[in-house]
Amino acid sequence: MTEEIIIAGFGGQGVLSMGKILAYSGVMQDKEVSWMPSYGPEMRGGTSNVTVIISDERISSPRINQFDTAIILNQQSMDKFLNTVKPGGLLIYDPNGITEHPTRKDINIYQVPASEEAAKIGIMKLFNMIVLGGFLKIKPIVKPEFIRKGLEKSLPERHHHLIPENEKAIETGKNILKPINVL
Amino acid sequence: MAKELKLMKGNEAIAESAIRAGVDGYFGYPITPQSEVLEHLMIENPVEKTGMVVLQAESETASINMVYAGAACGKKVMTSSSSPGISLMQEGLSYIAGAELPAVVVNVVRGGPGLGTIQPSQADYFQTTKGGGHGDYRLITLAPASVQEMYDFVQLAFDLAFKYRNPAIILSDGMIGQVMEKVVIDDYKPRWTDEYIAKTFPWAAVGKPASRNHNIITSLELDSAKQEQININIQKKYKVCEEKEVRYEMINCEDAEYLFVAYGSSARICQKTIELARAEGIKVGLFRPITLWPFPSKQLKEAAKNVKGILSVEMNAGQMIEDVKLATECRVKAEHFGRYGGMIPDPNEILVALKKQIM
Repeated sequence: MTEEIIIAGFGGQGVLSMGKILAYSGVMQDKEVSWMPSYGPEMRGGTSNVTVIISDERISSPRINQFDTAIILNQQSMDKFLNTVKPGGLLIYDPNGITEHPTRKDINIYQVPASEEAAKIGIMKLFNMIVLGGFLKIKPIVKPEFIRKGLEKSLPERHHHLIPENEKAIETGKNILKPINVL
Repeated sequence: MAKELKLMKGNEAIAESAIRAGVDGYFGYPITPQSEVLEHLMIENPVEKTGMVVLQAESETASINMVYAGAACGKKVMTSSSSPGISLMQEGLSYIAGAELPAVVVNVVRGGPGLGTIQPSQADYFQTTKGGGHGDYRLITLAPASVQEMYDFVQLAFDLAFKYRNPAIILSDGMIGQVMEKVVIDDYKPRWTDEYIAKTFPWAAVGKPASRNHNIITSLELDSAKQEQININIQKKYKVCEEKEVRYEMINCEDAEYLFVAYGSSARICQKTIELARAEGIKVGLFRPITLWPFPSKQLKEAAKNVKGILSVEMNAGQMIEDVKLATECRVKAEHFGRYGGMIPDPNEILVALKKQIM
C-alpha cells in the first residue's frame, strides 16, 4: 500500500497540522511516512500545501507531481491540483468558497462541507479534523486507534484534553461526506 | 534507554543529533531554509542537558570564526547556514582547513546566485567540492538524502573532521531540510572532558603544560618552503581520505542499461523516476554519491562499464556532471539534466529527459 496525498488550502486552515496528524498516525501504525510542506512565500500569507505519503514500503521521493488523493480547501488549490489527481484517484473538497466545481469524470469526487459544519459546532479550529474524517471514510489507511496516538504525538500536552473533541470531529466528517462523482 | 523513533524535519534532525552526539558548541545565524536548526537548539536548550553551548552570533562571519576558535581548543563545534550565509563563511573555512582543524558545517542550500530564492537547490556543488574559499584545500562533503541521514551524518561528519583534522560539510537543501520523516535517535552521548581532549589531541590549545612548547594554531606561514611543506602534508592527508572515505549507494543497478547519477534530493526524485521507467520496461538504475568529496570516481567508472548512457540529475545548471565525465573518462555518453533557481524537477520530466538525451 502506498497512498500519495496532497492537502492544499489557505494558510491558517490547518493544512500542515492535518498532514502532520495523518503522518504521525502512520508512524504509530508502523508505516513509512513523509510530510513535505510548502515553505515558500506561500506560508507568508496565501496558499499552503503539504504532500503526505504513507506506505508499507520505502518511500522514494517526498516530492511528487501526481497524487492518489487531493484534499482541496480553496479555489486556488483546486486550480493548481485538480489535474494532478491520478485517473481513478480521489478528490475531496470543501465547497465553501469554491466557484468552479470540478467536473472530471475519471476520478472519485466527494464534497465535505467542513466549514459549514465547524461553524455549526462553533469551533472553527475543528475544520481540518472534519476534513480528515471525510478522507478516512473513503480511505481508512490508518486505524482510529492510531489516529488517536497520532493526535497525542502531534499535539502539545497542554492540548491533550481537546483530543476527544477532535476525534468527534473526525466522526462528523465521516458522516457528512457527499458523493459527487463515484466511479 | 532504547533507541527512539521520532517524526522530524531534516533541520530538526541535524540539531537533535548535534545535542545527542555530544557537540560542545553551535554558533549560527538564522536563514531560510535552515532556521529550524537554530530554532530547535534554542527550544531544546541543551546547555541544561549536556552543557552544549548554543549561540546566535551577530553574523555568519562571526559564526565561522567562533567555530574556528572552538575547534582550536579541540572542541566539537559546528555551524549551519544556507547558501548566501555559507558564502560569507568561505574565508573562515579556508583558515580552518589551513590551520588543520576539525569542524562541521551544514549548508541547507537554496537557489542562487545572490540572495536568490528560499526554495531548494544544489547549485553550491562547485563551491563545496572545489573550494569556495582560497587556497588548495578540500571540504569532506556528505550529501544526505533522507532525514535519517541528516541525523546520522552529524556524527559521521565529526568523526571524519577529527580523523583528518579538516572541516567536514553536510550539503543538504531546502527539500531534505524541510521534509518530515521517521528518524531513529540515539541516547545522549556525554561531551568530551577537558582531560580527554588534552590527552587525545596534542595539537589542541588547551593550556601549556611544562612538558611541551606552545601549540601555535595558525594558517599563516611566510616562509614559502615551510608553507609548501604544510601544503604537501595536507595533500597527503587528502590522498588517504580519497582512498578510505568514499561513500556511495547503488539502487536498481544490477540489470541497468542506463544510469542516473544524483545526490541528495535529486537522488530521491530519481528513485521515483526509476519506478515510472521500470513500469515502462526501461532498465535504469541510480548511482548516488554520498561523499561528494571525495567523489566515488573509481566506483562510478566501474558501474558505468555496463551501461549505455548516464544522466546526471542535479538541481543546478550542470556541476557534478564534470566529475561524472572525469570519473568515466568520457567513455560513456553522459549528459546533465537540471532545474534551477529553486525549481524541483518532477519525476516525469526526468524520465522525458532520459529518453530524449540518453536513449
